[in-house]
Amino acid sequence: MNENRTLKGKTAIVTGGSRGIGEAVTYKLASLGANIAIIYAGNEEAAKKTSDKCREEFGVEVKTYRLDVSDFSAAKETVSEIKKDFGTVHILINNAGITRDNLLAMMKEEDFDAVLDTNLKGAFNMIRHTAGMFIRNHEGCIINISSVAGLLGNPGQCNYSASKAGLIGLTKSVARELSQKGIRCNAVAPGFIATDMTANQSDNPLLERIPLGRMGSVEDIADAVEYLVFASYVTGEVLKVDGGIAM
Amino acid sequence: MYFDAIAKIISERTGCDVSTIKPESKIFELGIDSLDTVELLMNLEDEIGIEIDLDQKVETVDDLDKFIQSKIQQG
Repeated sequence: MNENRTLKGKTAIVTGGSRGIGEAVTYKLASLGANIAIIYAGNEEAAKKTSDKCREEFGVEVKTYRLDVSDFSAAKETVSEIKKDFGTVHILINNAGITRDNLLAMMKEEDFDAVLDTNLKGAFNMIRHTAGMFIRNHEGCIINISSVAGLLGNPGQCNYSASKAGLIGLTKSVARELSQKGIRCNAVAPGFIATDMTANQSDNPLLERIPLGRMGSVEDIADAVEYLVFASYVTGEVLKVDGGIAM
Repeated sequence: MYFDAIAKIISERTGCDVSTIKPESKIFELGIDSLDTVELLMNLEDEIGIEIDLDQKVETVDDLDKFIQSKIQQG
């Protein structure tokens, strides 16, 4: 490993950071030396487990914050708390996401709204409230976890796909707006990654069409996040990590 | 009320003489764009010790001063 690849002294916020992809990203950033603010929606036990592991294995400072990222004012308060606890923030990983799958013809309005609110507006809320710090620091790295569903669409996931496609537009606009202050914004678009969230996708016919012939792991996504964190000349990019399914 | 603090930060940032900054000076014409205004406010937070969230456009130095005052009153 390149010895210059360290995040010592940096602080990262990871939303949805206690489980699944977010958990793997949290470990990855902690292993590189970053202090972590884990934002979780409700599973306190998982958040505690993840933060304990970071402290024990990587010796970094970790704090957990319970937050519904879709709540604009609550997000503002949490970011203020994080600022008090850590001083400032250098990296923001917008990973928090939910699914409420159904065919469009049967989808309830609240299921569409809930998914857009958490997945897309949640990312906006977090960027909105951390941007001031990034602008002032002339430094910041924002990574939004999108999905190949946002690129390809996926039957039964019109809400999820729309939210993930929205994240790509958000990523590119933020990248353009904040580039002059030295702030980068990129997206990772995972394909089928084995997590609790994709457990109900095991009979998806698309699985057979993955060129690399297997589902991805959460570590595959964490590796992509690590790449983007250090990729100082990359912004506005959507990095597919999908076994080739969306090529 | 915060004019002096704002003028000081603008002059530090742009290198212009602080005496050339008037309340009616347009911020953009002083060489500060909208993103710089956000940065300026973040720096002002240190100077005056309060947190201000810029959620509207401001044109002149006086607008910014009044905006900060209104935020503080809402407090």
